[in-house]
Amino acid sequence: MKGKTKLIKKDGTRLDGRKPDELRPVRMEVGVLKNADGSALVEMGRTKVIAAVYGPREIHPKHLTLPDRAILRCRYHMAPFSTTDRKSPAPSRREIELSKVIREGLESVVFTELYPRTTIDVFIEVLQADGGTRTAGITAASLALADAGIPMKDLVAGVAVGKVNGILVLDINEVEDEYGEADMPVAMMPSFGEITLLQLNGVLTPEEFEEALKLAEKGIRQLYEHQKEALRKKYSLQKEEV
Amino acid sequence: MSLTPSTFPIIPLVKKKSVMALLEKGKRLDGRSLNEYRPLSIELGYIPKAEGSALVRLGNTVVLVGIKTGIGSPFPDTPDEGILLVNAEFLPLASPSFEPGPPDENATELARVVDRSLREIRAVDLSKLAIIPGKKVWEIWVDIYVLDHDGNLLDASMLAAMAALSSAKMPEAVVEDEEVKLNREKLKDPVPVKHRVVIVTVGKVDGHLIVDPTLEEESLLDARLAIAVSDDGRIVGMQKMGMGTFTADEVRQAIEMAMESSKMLHQELDKALKGKVK
Repeated sequence: MKGKTKLIKKDGTRLDGRKPDELRPVRMEVGVLKNADGSALVEMGRTKVIAAVYGPREIHPKHLTLPDRAILRCRYHMAPFSTTDRKSPAPSRREIELSKVIREGLESVVFTELYPRTTIDVFIEVLQADGGTRTAGITAASLALADAGIPMKDLVAGVAVGKVNGILVLDINEVEDEYGEADMPVAMMPSFGEITLLQLNGVLTPEEFEEALKLAEKGIRQLYEHQKEALRKKYSLQKEEV
Repeated sequence: MSLTPSTFPIIPLVKKKSVMALLEKGKRLDGRSLNEYRPLSIELGYIPKAEGSALVRLGNTVVLVGIKTGIGSPFPDTPDEGILLVNAEFLPLASPSFEPGPPDENATELARVVDRSLREIRAVDLSKLAIIPGKKVWEIWVDIYVLDHDGNLLDASMLAAMAALSSAKMPEAVVEDEEVKLNREKLKDPVPVKHRVVIVTVGKVDGHLIVDPTLEEESLLDARLAIAVSDDGRIVGMQKMGMGTFTADEVRQAIEMAMESSKMLHQELDKALKGKVK
C-alpha cells in the first residue's frame, strides 16, 4: 500500500543503500548510434534510456512547416521488454503525454529560429525502466541535440524527486515511485536556473514543494557535470585525432 | 509523436503590444486584474440520464462532464478497490482548431492531469467501491466534454468533474450468485467523494503571471503551470505546459496565486453543491 511499505531503513538510508539526497550511479555516453545526427545513452542505476536526433531536415508532410522556425518533433517510447510485465509497443496515453511534456521541455533551449521550414526529430527509447525514465529521457535528448551540433542555449538535465515514508528523496527508482507518496519530475536549464519541465504526481504541502524543488536542483547540477563530461569525452578525443 | 503546433489563434502584433502594455499596468483586455477569474457558473444535473453531471461556464468556455458507472473486474494489484477512469474529448464543435478523431495530446494531457489530481489524494474513496472484493468492483467513468473553447479548459474541466462526481448517485447493485446486476431505475448511494480538488492554471507572459487566461491570452503565453489544490490546502498535482520556462521564484509566486484563487473556486463548488449533496 502507498505510504505503508517501508522504504527508508532504520539508519536513514534507502532500500538500495542511498542517502535521501543521493543520485543513483550515473553513466552517460554521447554518439552511441552511427546513423543518427546525434545520440546519447543515459543510465541512472537500472534505468537505461537511449536518445537519437535527426535533423534539421525536411518535413513530410510539408504543411507542418513553420515559416519562422524549425519545428521540434518528439517521441518518448518504452520498449516492450523495458518493464516487469511486457508493455504493448502501441503508444499509451502516458507516452503521448510524456512526448508532449518532453518536447515542451526542449523547445526553449533549441535555437529553432536558425532553421526555418525544417524539423528536428528527437526519438527517445526507454530500454529498461526503473523509475525516472522521462527525466533520463530529456537528459539524454539534450545530449543528443548537442551531439547533432544543433545550437542550444544550454543543456537540459532532469531528475525526479519523491516523497517516501514522509521523507523527500532524490532520484526515485521504480519501487519508491510505486509505493511512495509523491513523484515530482523536474528538468532545468542549469546555467539559467530555468525550469523547462515540472510535474507533480502526489501530495505535498507548499513547504515540502519548496524543499523538493531545491533537492531537484541539487541533483540537476550534478547531472549537468556528468553531461558536460560525456560531451568532452567524445569531442576532446576527436580534437586529439586531428 | 508530439510536434510543435502552429499557434492558434494568430494574434496581430499590434494587439500583442497592447496586451503587454496593459499587463505592465496590472490590467487585462477584458478589464480583469491579473489574479481575477472570469464569471463562473456551475449547473448540476444537466444530463439527468447520467449518474451525475455538471455544466461549467467560465467566461465563454463551456465544459460538460458526465459520470457513468458500471461493473468491472478490479486491477490485480488493487483487488479490493473500484476503478476511476477519466477521458476528455475536445469536440470539433468547440473550436475551429479541434478536429474529429481520437483524443490528441492536449486532450490526453488534460484528462491525465485531472485523473492524477483526483487519484493521488484519493478524492474518490476507491476502497468503498468493491462489490465482490477481488472479483467485481465499480467502474466510475468521468467523461469530459469540451463544448466551447475560450481558454483555460483545465480549470473548467476540473470544476465540472468535481461537481459531477460530488453530485453523482450510483445505481443499485444487486448481487445474486457471484453475479452483479444493476438496477438503473433506482439511483442509490452517492459516489464516495472524500476530498474536493480544484485546479488553478497560472499563465506566464513576459514575466507577468495571470490566472484564468482566455484563448487569446493563451496564444500569447510563454508557459502555463497548473496547480491542483485540495480542500485542505495541499498541492495534489502540478503540470507545466507550454514551450517556455518558469524560474523557481515564478513557481513560488504561481503557487501563492493558486492557493488564493483555489479558495474562491472551492467556495463556488460549495455554493453549487450546497443542499444538493448530503
